[in-house]
Amino acid sequence: MKRRPFLGLLAALIPLANIRNASAQNFLPPQDLRPFIDKLTGGAPVRAGRVTMEMPAIAENGNSIPFTLRVTSPMTRADHVKSVHIFAPRNPRPQVATFHFDPHAGKAEVTTRVRLAGTQKIIAIAALSDGSFWSGEVNIVVTAAACLDEALG
Amino acid sequence: MSGLARLRLPDTARPGEVVEVRILIQHDMETGFRRDMQGRAVPTNVIQDLRAMYAGNTVFRAELGSGISANPYLSFFIRATDSGEVMLDWVDTAGVRGSAAAVLNVA
Amino acid sequence: MRRFREYSLLVLLCAMPFAFAQTNPPKPGNDFQSRENRALEADDFANPGMLWVEQGAKLWRETRGDAKKSCATCHGDAKQSLRGVAAGYPKHDAKADRVLNLDQRINLCASENQKAAAFPHESRELLSLSTYVAHQSKGQPIKVRVDGDAKPAYERGKSLYFQRIGQMNLACTHCHDQSWGKTLLAESISQGQPDGWPAYRLEWQTQGSLQRRLRACFFGVRAEQPAFGSEDLVALELYLAKRAEGLTLNAPGVRR
Repeated sequence: MKRRPFLGLLAALIPLANIRNASAQNFLPPQDLRPFIDKLTGGAPVRAGRVTMEMPAIAENGNSIPFTLRVTSPMTRADHVKSVHIFAPRNPRPQVATFHFDPHAGKAEVTTRVRLAGTQKIIAIAALSDGSFWSGEVNIVVTAAACLDEALG
Repeated sequence: MSGLARLRLPDTARPGEVVEVRILIQHDMETGFRRDMQGRAVPTNVIQDLRAMYAGNTVFRAELGSGISANPYLSFFIRATDSGEVMLDWVDTAGVRGSAAAVLNVA
Repeated sequence: MRRFREYSLLVLLCAMPFAFAQTNPPKPGNDFQSRENRALEADDFANPGMLWVEQGAKLWRETRGDAKKSCATCHGDAKQSLRGVAAGYPKHDAKADRVLNLDQRINLCASENQKAAAFPHESRELLSLSTYVAHQSKGQPIKVRVDGDAKPAYERGKSLYFQRIGQMNLACTHCHDQSWGKTLLAESISQGQPDGWPAYRLEWQTQGSLQRRLRACFFGVRAEQPAFGSEDLVALELYLAKRAEGLTLNAPGVRR
């Protein structure tokens, strides 16, 4: 009889252990971005357009992938991009980065390198000075390494 | 973590010209999902906030997360108005600060 | 049936050169990298390995140890004094009475001339100095001596290269002479050339030595990994450098 609570405890622990392991792996399903997006738009509509992203179609390694973001805008005091939020829904933390611009930036364009936990669709939401929100997306395939390495994962 | 960084922008620009600012910072951008040789979790430590100041304005700001690669690279733009310093500073999760600056001559 | 036999002979004859495909002329490591990785390697600002070059340049001028000497005290401007030097390593050292790789030569300088502690393998300092020194030979032909005192190490490296090891029972030659250019999952198998090392490896998210990369290969075929700095790894490095003749040294490379 004493064995049963112990087994129950064990059974309860297994899913937890799995989640812990999976968190850094490629097998995480895409997360629902709605709570993140609602938080930044306050429920305002998001229109598709103006935002473009450039990435290779296939990445051999998810640790460092070139990424360029552009938002079409005159970047004047009256009409400019205030911020852009980048989301990777299959990353353990979907919020990749937020970039804030100023009319003095001249153009709303950023290049960086990102880490992606597997094949997914990257979403960017731009907040403009007139209060409107615009979005863009890009698909990328992240392949697994062929050779095992000594790295700790 | 050393504060080593490389910053590059053109030496000179015409007034109103939009110029590229590039920065590369030596930083592990530790995700918090890795373990060390003893099996202990390595705590998250990323450059979480980076600012670029020029001609009295914060012209660009980046909030970075664990989705940005180790030894982060950033390129962005500024509109050249006055000759002066372009100053970048940043802080990581552990509170360690870094900075880099270069002079832009506008003529 | 006869026609089939003729065809199969033709196919066999055509396949012969590939079955014995060798690495002459050798192809640089970055030929087997993605377009994005080659672009990153070629960008002398964004190549992350350049951070180690920059730190190496600082360490070069820093006084260290009881002798209160910096590298520059003896060697002056590395751009002149060390041009082409790394392309000749591993190299037999008369004083140490064995073949040393670049890391070991730097550490010999540290202990003998600076009277300082040796740098641990794969430490930020050692990788910075070795990458900085290797970078001074950018574009210089790889040329090592394998005769005289270096001959035993070369022969040892060569036999290790062709020795089947590990649970997969593979030798270096099976992938890197006989199968280079083929696809393994989504990756293209390289010739295993050492011309981009020390390199920034995306898998590691940091700069690493050729020995670390070789140890990863040992792990890949499920073999016991030789220790850093072991005679086996140095001998293998020497064989690889000889095999790479015809290539130039281009460190820091960028690898997947």
